[in-house]
Amino acid sequence: MFLLLPFDSLIVNLLGISLTVLFTLLLVFIIVPAIFGVSFGIRKLYMKTLLKIFAWATLRMERGAKEKNHQLYKPYTNGIIAKDPTSLEEEIKEIRRSGSSKALDNTPELALSDIFYFCRKGMETIMDDEVTKRFSAEELESWNLLSRTNYNFQYISLRLTVLWGLGVLIRYCFLLPLRIALAFTGISLLVVGTTVVGYLPNGRFKEFMSKHVHLMCYRICVRALTAIITYHDRENRPRNGGICVANHTSPIDVIILASDGYYAMVGQVHGGLMGVIQRAMVKACPHVWFERSEVKDRHLVAKRLTEHVQDKSKLPILIFPEGTCINNTSVMMFKKGSFEIGATVYPVAIKYDPQFGDAFWNSSKYGMVTYLLRMMTSWAIVCSVWYLPPMTREGDEDAVQFANRVKSAIARQGGLVDLLWDGGLKREKVKDTFKEEQQKLYSKMIVGNHEDRSRS
Amino acid sequence: MGSRSSHAAVIPDVDSIRRETGFSQASLIRLHHRFRALDRNKKGYLSRIDLQQIGALAVNPLGDRIIESFFPNGSQQVDFPGFVRVLAHFRPVEDEDTDLDPKKPEPLNSRRNKLHYAFQLYDLDRDGKISRHEMLQVLRLMVGVQVTEEQLENIADRTVQEADEDGDGAVSFLEFTKSLEKMDVEQKMSIRILK
Repeated sequence: MFLLLPFDSLIVNLLGISLTVLFTLLLVFIIVPAIFGVSFGIRKLYMKTLLKIFAWATLRMERGAKEKNHQLYKPYTNGIIAKDPTSLEEEIKEIRRSGSSKALDNTPELALSDIFYFCRKGMETIMDDEVTKRFSAEELESWNLLSRTNYNFQYISLRLTVLWGLGVLIRYCFLLPLRIALAFTGISLLVVGTTVVGYLPNGRFKEFMSKHVHLMCYRICVRALTAIITYHDRENRPRNGGICVANHTSPIDVIILASDGYYAMVGQVHGGLMGVIQRAMVKACPHVWFERSEVKDRHLVAKRLTEHVQDKSKLPILIFPEGTCINNTSVMMFKKGSFEIGATVYPVAIKYDPQFGDAFWNSSKYGMVTYLLRMMTSWAIVCSVWYLPPMTREGDEDAVQFANRVKSAIARQGGLVDLLWDGGLKREKVKDTFKEEQQKLYSKMIVGNHEDRSRS
Repeated sequence: MGSRSSHAAVIPDVDSIRRETGFSQASLIRLHHRFRALDRNKKGYLSRIDLQQIGALAVNPLGDRIIESFFPNGSQQVDFPGFVRVLAHFRPVEDEDTDLDPKKPEPLNSRRNKLHYAFQLYDLDRDGKISRHEMLQVLRLMVGVQVTEEQLENIADRTVQEADEDGDGAVSFLEFTKSLEKMDVEQKMSIRILK
């Protein structure tokens, strides 16, 4: 036993030293490029290799399934039921016509059958509706070696399990500590950097330093998540005095956009670590933080935003008008507040590729910490960002129409479904006014027909 | 999604559900997936609130009645077999269903059972008859505030009169069936699940 001791400590020392060296090298290789905004292309190579491995994994699973004569569970993005796109009027007329042998299509006893239309439509929504599926993570066509996305557990062969185990090892023992170290570095640099910059006298030098400190720290955070971002149409990037609006999938959206541009953030004052970061950031340049009580007062919010926007020396504001995180297959109703201010709107579309790691934050399922851990143990976060040309409100448009126009543009560019529903449906019930539309339509039919009959 | 797969082994009593409802195994897997998506708090059953949160159902004038049909006999929860049993009424009629084995119970998606489902949406008090009052209530649901009480009463009266054969002022299930005998119920009350 005693003879082993010196060996033990030697090995432990060697291990410790090599790990430290390794980590330092990695940090240098990652942080230095982040500071200067340069990329070595390592992440793109990583992405390509992973894609090849995923394709192989899916093939093996299909083979495994075929051997057992089953079919793989394949998720459907278009819904699970076949739907007819006919309107209420058409269908009810058809129902009545089909039940009547007479030429007339509006005999009253067939008011009994009108119920079938609503009945079936209701049942269809129970089986499959547009909104519920937007609040759970998007389902993948092929497996990406993460157990959280696997629906076909029983078809995994031994080779695949080994590969998966290797993946777990790499992700949790190598990538995770590295990413946590990077994140820690990024955040502390942000806090320290912005505080230091805050002491500088106001002027061009301060602005310059502030911008670069912000950019550098966000870039380090981007690498902490291994986010591989492709920016399109960068000439349309938001300018001072404008508002940048984007679709919202996760809190990471902020990091992704802010690493390519210098924005003023808008948000509620938080406590804890977020609060520390917020207070530090606002020293270096004016962000718009609201107290919890002020958030409810819409006029106050609008007033502060308008003031900020009218000062041309201030930075463009970054806002997510959906108000909540959606799963990145659709864009939901934009709240009209930001569109009433009258500034130029710079729309941005963000589309994540869920193959490598699903960035959607399901806040009813996961807390912030669990979410971040999931992010940091995914392979990578891959996304595309499109900067759309600026839009302004036209003379005869009101804020809601303007908001919908911007929303459609974002949905079109990002390849997302444009929905009229409110993201708040995640938590609340829908308003009664929508039901009245259906009732109005039906009333017209039934009363109209009845009057025809009483006349004849 | 972070949840385990919805394969057949996870669904309890999958074989008996299959026999009872006639759904294929693939359809049941999809419906189980859907059941779990609606069951937001992972309770293992659905309550009225879970169904009420479906936006597109809340705007359906008959939404509340349809939700009620999932909770027969005053129960407050519906488990997966109960859920699928109601949905089975809307399974399209296939050829294999038409060779009726007199020993087996009638399949849930037969014409008679589809009609019975619709009948129950009218017949609130479950007495087997649609009274004039019940007809009025359902029509009121479908038209909201758009039609006056008088007009609606007229429509309800005529509807009941024309269907009522034995003159008791209410529509029994038999009378209901008879007045709809020419209607293609099988097609209108069917929802096809994609493979």
